[in-house]
Amino acid sequence: MATTSSTRARTRQEPVGVERRPSGRGGRRRSLQPRYLPFLLLAPAVLFELLVHVIPMLAGVWMSFLKLTQFYLRRWTQAPSAGFGNYQVAFDLNGEVGRALMRSFGVTIAYSLASVALAWGLGMFGAVLLQGSFRGRGWLRTLLLVPYAMPVYAGVIVWKFMLDRDNGMVNTLLAQLHLTNGQTFWLLGGNAFVSTVVVSVWRLWPFALLTLMAGLQSIPNDVYEAASVDGANRWQQFRHFTLPMLHPVNQVLVLVLFLWTFNHFNVPYILFSQAVPPSADLLSIHIYNSSFITWNFGVGSAMSVLLLLFLLVVTAIYLLVTSRGSRERRPRGPLAPTATYRQDEESRDAEAARA
Amino acid sequence: MHESRAFKTLRIVGLTLLTLFTVLPLYVMVISGLKPLRDVQGKFTWWPTTLTFRPYVDIWTTIPLGRYFMNSLIVSLAATAASVFLAILASYAVSRYRFRGREPFRVTVLSTQMFPGILFLLPLYLIFVNIGRLTGFPLVGTRTGLIITYLTFSLPFAIWMLVGYLDTIPRDLDEAAHVDGATPLQTLFRVILPSAAPGIAAVSIYSFMTAWGETLFASVMTNAQSTTLAIGLRQYSTQVNVYWNQLMAASIVVSIPVVLGFLLLQRFLVQGLTSGAVK
Repeated sequence: MATTSSTRARTRQEPVGVERRPSGRGGRRRSLQPRYLPFLLLAPAVLFELLVHVIPMLAGVWMSFLKLTQFYLRRWTQAPSAGFGNYQVAFDLNGEVGRALMRSFGVTIAYSLASVALAWGLGMFGAVLLQGSFRGRGWLRTLLLVPYAMPVYAGVIVWKFMLDRDNGMVNTLLAQLHLTNGQTFWLLGGNAFVSTVVVSVWRLWPFALLTLMAGLQSIPNDVYEAASVDGANRWQQFRHFTLPMLHPVNQVLVLVLFLWTFNHFNVPYILFSQAVPPSADLLSIHIYNSSFITWNFGVGSAMSVLLLLFLLVVTAIYLLVTSRGSRERRPRGPLAPTATYRQDEESRDAEAARA
Repeated sequence: MHESRAFKTLRIVGLTLLTLFTVLPLYVMVISGLKPLRDVQGKFTWWPTTLTFRPYVDIWTTIPLGRYFMNSLIVSLAATAASVFLAILASYAVSRYRFRGREPFRVTVLSTQMFPGILFLLPLYLIFVNIGRLTGFPLVGTRTGLIITYLTFSLPFAIWMLVGYLDTIPRDLDEAAHVDGATPLQTLFRVILPSAAPGIAAVSIYSFMTAWGETLFASVMTNAQSTTLAIGLRQYSTQVNVYWNQLMAASIVVSIPVVLGFLLLQRFLVQGLTSGAVK
């Protein structure tokens, strides 16, 4: 966004049609349009993004270098510099703060990996099962999407009730099935981790389902027909056509799920109120609690910056690895669909969306 | 396509399990909202001793739920309207013009998804406090502050999805309007927007859901007057008592607007996803 404004003076503007449609259809050069129009259209959006995201984020980075304690909060611009002191505190594994941060980091990684794997797995499973047509398909699909449509807090509150030791449904159900004695504390100790993952998967897997069903719909049916004629069974079809063709969808979906779960705040915040057990102490809530308990916002900011840096690095590596993988994983062999699909992909998607 | 017997069995078993996982919490919510208080204070039972609608009446008086509901409604509607309007302008620019910074803009827009909210929570709070002090126009503790914050949360994804949607609308339409002497803005609002209605519907419900469900910023930016549902519902648990039956009833009441909206418009959301986000 910063780039946009800084290059405002050197605008070179052409209709997109020229680039997109080499065939010439709709590619005539437009005149009469003021050069600054696209920037004018973007300006309000950029302005608000600057105000709420970019400037506060830069301020957050700056704050991470300040000794920003309660005392300086109201006149934070005068807080003394801390140099890299806050980062040293965060990294110091011998100190209490550093150790707690490291543990929270480990918990968050485990939580994200488990949530993404389960949400994606269930979503993929459900999407494949919902393929084709059968009675009640539309209704079932709608029903399965409800947890994602509900406000997060409403869904988590229900789980909080269900996981309650004395009044909850989970313990009653497990006791009635003779699996446990029905006295388990689901929101304490190691169980709290499992509970948090289950709640987040319950809420997130419908999103994976929705996205993957949309992805499956954009795969042309004749590919499957050709594959059946060639004698490929369900699993082979899935392995050799469906999965490779869903690669662009999966690439974005998995990344988005990961970034969401890694920054999850709502689930532990509502599930545990103030007393978050160590096993469910995700980074966002860890930083939030340690900032507002110790009132040391410098260290809190330093932790947040580290979190952002980590996510940036992971995202960059992920995109590099998965983009290279996609070229190798292109369907090959006698069962492979004709190569034109990939080239045509964009226009077909566009047609599918228009239809 | 031929379906083997094994696949049909797998489908029935698999979908049954997925449905149970989804529906059990929904069942608990519905049935517990119809129980008298004593039924939710002992062991969980699958059916109430007496079915009652009392909780749906009591929720409005136990806490000022009506006020929280109005706050959430005003904040979410205003944030949605603003976010969609800004997204329409921005996505038209990105979709129809080539300009320096177009690609960086597209990438930056999506990368805001990865910003940890916790990183800009406190700076934003301090900035809002200072703006309030300088201009006398309070942003902290008011609905305006929340509206401004929330509109930017859905804006990136809204732009991303609308760009994808606008890209599918043939440019011949623009050309025709241009030949007829329409200005770019007239073209956008009279010609393009009607064709993009499904995309706009999808973006609207997405924005509304984002604002309606936000907790982190609401927990810091609101006061007693501007509390939204996300924060207000906590008051059903007091030191002595948790009104689980009312809490369940209230959870249903606050879910209904977004769930209905989402289920009605999900078809368009899927189109938006395929044409925009997933590309």
